[in-house]
Formats: sequence, structure tokens, C-alpha cells
Amino acid sequence: MTTKQPNHTPLSHLDWLEAEAIHILREVAGQCSNPVLLFSGGKDSLCILRLAEKAFRPGRFPFPLMHIDTGHNYQEVIDFRDLRAAELGERLIVRNVEDSMKRGTVVLKSPDEPRNKHQSVTLLEAIEEHGFDCCIGGARRDEEKARAKERIMSFRDEFGQWDPKNQRPELWNLYNARSHKGENIRAFPISNWTEMDVWQYIERENLQLPSIYFAHNRDIIMRGGAMMPANIKLADGEVINVPKAGEMVSNMQVRFRTVGDITCTAPVISDADNVSKIVLETATTTITERGATRLDDQTSDASMEQRKKEGYF
Amino acid sequence: MTTHNDSLLRFMTCGSVDDGKSTLIGRLLFDTKTILADTLTQISNTSKKRGMEAVDLSLLTDGLQAEREQGITIDVAYRYFSTGTRKYIIADAPGHEQYTRNMVTAASTANLAIILIDARRGVLTQTRRHSYLAHLVGIQHIVVAVNKMDLMNYSQATYDKICADYLAFAKEIGLAQSRDIKFIPMSALNGDMLVDRLENMPWYTGETLLEMLEEAPAADEEQNAEFRFPVQFVCRPHASADADLHDFRGFMGRIESGDIAVGDAVTVLPNGYQSKVKAIQIGDKQLQSAQTEQSVTILLEDEIDTSRGDMIVKTDSQIEPVKQIEAHVCWLSETPMSPARTYIIRHTTRESKAKVGAIQYKIDVNTLEQQAATELKMNDIARINFKLAQPLMVDSYTQNRAIGAFIVIDESTNNTVGAGMIV
Repeated sequence: MTTKQPNHTPLSHLDWLEAEAIHILREVAGQCSNPVLLFSGGKDSLCILRLAEKAFRPGRFPFPLMHIDTGHNYQEVIDFRDLRAAELGERLIVRNVEDSMKRGTVVLKSPDEPRNKHQSVTLLEAIEEHGFDCCIGGARRDEEKARAKERIMSFRDEFGQWDPKNQRPELWNLYNARSHKGENIRAFPISNWTEMDVWQYIERENLQLPSIYFAHNRDIIMRGGAMMPANIKLADGEVINVPKAGEMVSNMQVRFRTVGDITCTAPVISDADNVSKIVLETATTTITERGATRLDDQTSDASMEQRKKEGYF
Repeated sequence: MTTHNDSLLRFMTCGSVDDGKSTLIGRLLFDTKTILADTLTQISNTSKKRGMEAVDLSLLTDGLQAEREQGITIDVAYRYFSTGTRKYIIADAPGHEQYTRNMVTAASTANLAIILIDARRGVLTQTRRHSYLAHLVGIQHIVVAVNKMDLMNYSQATYDKICADYLAFAKEIGLAQSRDIKFIPMSALNGDMLVDRLENMPWYTGETLLEMLEEAPAADEEQNAEFRFPVQFVCRPHASADADLHDFRGFMGRIESGDIAVGDAVTVLPNGYQSKVKAIQIGDKQLQSAQTEQSVTILLEDEIDTSRGDMIVKTDSQIEPVKQIEAHVCWLSETPMSPARTYIIRHTTRESKAKVGAIQYKIDVNTLEQQAATELKMNDIARINFKLAQPLMVDSYTQNRAIGAFIVIDESTNNTVGAGMIV
């Protein structure tokens, strides 16, 4: 009763995911007048840079790169970010949460409050400053349940808000990235990738990564049930995550599964010091990526959804 | 057994929570070891809080806070698992009557649909609705899963009767004649016949659900339509420091159907310029040929003025630009479609203004009766004629899903308000 007979060798899952992501990037370039690619130096955004090379070379990227820096990022990652942008010869814009703090648009509840959620304010300020109509990001639907229903082209109003009840239906591969002035589209080319796909792609494409993704020794504090890297020196000389009285510090072999603001990104114990070992470890892990490593998602069952509504990625 | 080593299958599940759909998905994720310890701890805590004895796997697909507060499911959710031999993307669409639009959305990217039937209830109106929509949206492979067999003492007679009822109905709507339909008895709650066979139904000797999924062809594998390449983006790095690139003109896009090789004679529509394929590239990799669903850059022998929205086809291909189309349209917006208004149709990488010519009839998705209509409300499906300002290069949807599909956009809000399938 089958109408069609198989007549092709199917694409491998990585080839298929790659082709889909390239198509999405080219749709952004074709439909939007002033897009930007958010690039943090993290593994997901490094995959997107490779996809952008495949999508647009030998031409330049039809968008600049931009990083919203909380000021609490690992120096290795920042150095890697700058190096990669220079290698590609693409323009990198950096905007700092600390500048928003100076302007008074970001007010911390306490000096050691994690700054991740405040990135939203700085991002919206940067979008307005440059008149961007689309931000390309590396978010994936498998990361968190509020993301499972996220569109590939996600619509945000002029306050940068995500309204789950007011999203455009997305059918076939016909994306609608239209927006009125002041509104914004967030485009997610690797929506359909899992953590495993990302690592397999990094392995296949032989992508370089910041060193903290690989197993290394560092001092760790146990705080709030999670491991926290201790005594991290920032670019301006400030030292954060200083152990409080009574907190034990131990030296452990760890790696990071996600990389973000230091105060809320925890490492995991691991001896995986190269990509193929990480692929193996990802296949056998028993803890989800965010469950193990993102302290900011654990505050409540709906915390990601809440932050997205406020304009977070 | 066919192998689909390392390929990717997109499928959808149709049914309501009452049919055990969430449990089915939860069970698939759990039995394929996709659910990790921290998530399991989270749902087992919630299960206990709600006074349940066992872990409720349906909580794995529990929705957004906004949905929980209102006790409804708003939207299609996408879930992922991998068996090591194949990657799967599940489109999980809510099954309630008012969410035809979600089902159409989920179906648009699926190559297989699992239609859930509660063994205690048999073939219901919603089963008919789901089957009709799966048929309309062109899903090639249907798995009819007769669930909750544990509540019917795993009775073969019950299962056989439901299969016969379903088949009779499937013949009525033409589904049985044109699509691959398989049946399976199961208990998602216990895990019978999903990943493991278990011992409760020795009379069923067919494949388990996972075996069916592992064997179903991927969409790109059974595509046999003609070559269609809508141009997404033109790469002209003429300002580059590299002098060799000054004449580079790459047509970038995704091969929506068929295949292409270096040397093939091609025509660029709608203008009709002819040339030959000089090179095919993915990034800096040179290919001799490329196939459906690959995103590539095509270089032509001749300098041809081509831009986004044009379509490259083989010169001997049967396709003409048209300025009128007839289509089945599913309305997606809370604002009804007004025949007085002008809309935008986005088809492949091309857009055109469109006027509604005539609504021929509306289809009642429960009885499949045709009814007269003057406007379309959300979740309505109708057969409509459009007049176009710009020509489009179209195939019929049943021949070619990618080139037969379009979306309707309301220019005042920029919302996607309709989904169309060209007749």
C-alpha cells in the first residue's frame, strides 16, 4: 500500500541537522534586514559559527557577532571568543551588563547575585542601539521544558517578551521572520539538536573549544547542593566565588557541560579530556545538562519559562 | 529488515491525554533511556505529591506553567530520543477538537503518525478526525496503536474488531488505498509492545512499536519528485580581497526535492533562463551531485541574473509559473479569514499578495461533510481559490509536499494565519 518506494540513501542525522540549520540561517539572511548572531564562546554558539561558514562562505557573514558579557565570564572563554571572531574576520560587538549597572538599568539585589538574568536588559539595550530585527541564538529544545515548545523563529514584542500564547504557528520549513519596527525575532538554528548531537558535530567537524570544556583540576566549593568553582580571578583582577567561613574547598578533576556566568554555572566531575571521551560520557550520563550545571534553573519548576517571558534567551 | 543506520525520523502522536498519549511518549523516552536521573527524581516527587503509587510517566510531557494554570495544552511540543541507530523527533500535538491547527502544524513535518485508540472505546470521532488530517497533510506512514490493552484483559478479539473497524473507515476516506497502515496492540502504562514485547500478548507476533519506528523510511529517502531548488540567498563576494572571487556567484538554498549533478541542464524560473550546473558545494566541499533536503550552493556555467525567490529546476521539468491556485487551507488565527482582504502567501522562498477568489466549501473534520462557507474561523479547513499578484512555481501537494505547501500571512500583524496545500 506504500505509494512511494525508497530511492535514496537517507542523510545521516548530523547531515540532516546541518542542512536544516544552514537553511534556517539563510532564511534569516533572506528575510531580515539587520540580524545579529549571539556568540558567547560556548559550544553551541561555536557550532553555529561553523554552520554559518557552511551557509555563507566564500562570502562574509550577512550579520555581525555579538556577546552580552556579564563581567563574570571565564577569561579562557572570553579569550577564545575574541580569537575565534578574529580568525573568521567577522565583526564582534561586545556589550556589558556592568555598563547597564552603571546606567542604572540593571540593579542587583546584592553584589553576589547571579547576573545571568540581567543579560536580558543589556541585550534589549543593544538591540535598540543597533536596530537589530533578529537575534540568532544557540538555544535547543531539549535543554528545558519551556524550550520544548519554542519556535525556530520566535517572536518577541517591543519589550523583548516571549508570550507562549502568542507565537506564530510554524509549518513545514516555511519560516515567518517578519517583524514591525521595534519588534524582534529570535532565531534558533539548532533547535532540533540535543547535547549529544552538538558533541558529535564538534567531533565530526573537529571544532576547537575553550579549555574549560575538558577535564582539568580546580578548587571546588560545595554550595547549595552544587559544585562551585572557587576563587575565580576576573579580567579586572577581582576574585569571585571566595569560600565563605565553614565551606570546604577540595581540588577535583572536573569539566563544564555548559558555560555561562561563573556564579551560576557548575562543573561536573569528569576525566574526559578530549571530545571523543566527552561523546562517550554524554551517552552514558545520568544527569541532564542543565540539571547538573545550571543553578539558576533550579529555583522553581517554571523558572526558565519566567525568564523567557522577561526577554531572556 | 531495512536498516536506516544513523538516519533521522520525524513522527507525530495523535490522541488525547485520555488515550494515554503522554504515557506513550513518556514510556518511549524512559525505555530508550532518554530520561535522566534528575528528571526522574523530579517527576517521582511530583507523582508522590499528587498521591500516586507509581511514577507517572505522563508528567514527562507536562506542559508550561501557563498551560498548567489553565488546565489546557496550548501548543505542539517537540521531543527527542535516539536509539543509537536512529535519531527521532516527536511532534506532540494536543488532541482536543479545538486544536486542529496544532495537529496540522505537527503533521506538516512528520513522515509517520501514531494514532492512538483507547481499546475500551474503539474508533471514535477523534480517531476519524486525526486520520483525516494525517491524510490531508500527506503523512505516508500510519501506525494505529490500540492502547490500554491491559484494561481489556489483553483480548485479541477486542483488538481484531478495532482493527477491522478502523480499516473500513480508512478505506472510506481513501487512506487505506494510498498510505502504509500498520496496527499494534499495546499498553503504554505497562510497556507492552513499545520497546519490549513483555509476555501479555503472545498472540501478537508483529513488530513492536520501536521496531516499526526503526524500519519506517525517512522523508528524504522516499522522495521521488522532480528537482526543485528555491533560491534562498545569492552569494556575490565581489568586494573580497581574493580576486578569484570577484566573479563568484553562488545560488544558495535547500534542495526541496529530487537530485542534481554537475553538468545537468537547468532552467531558472520564473524568467526561464537556461544554463548548466558548473559546481555544487557545501561550505568548501565540492560535490558531484546532491539530493533532497541537502543545503547547498549551486554555481552555473552562465552569468544569469537570479535572486531570492527564483527557482532552479531541470530544463526538461514540467513546471510553469501560475497566477491562480486552488488549495486546502487550514485557518490558524483567532481572527477569521475575510474574503474581502488581501493576504500574503509565502511559498518556498517567494512571497506574493493574494486575493481570496472563492471559498468552494468547508470540511467538517468530524463527519467529513462539505459545507458552504463565507468566512473561515480558526481550525476550519476549506477549499479555496486564490488570485496572485506574483507568479508562483507550484506542484500539487500530493506530488510534492515542499512545493505544494504555503503559509498565509496577515500583513497588518505579520502573523501566520493560514496553512495551504495546493490541489
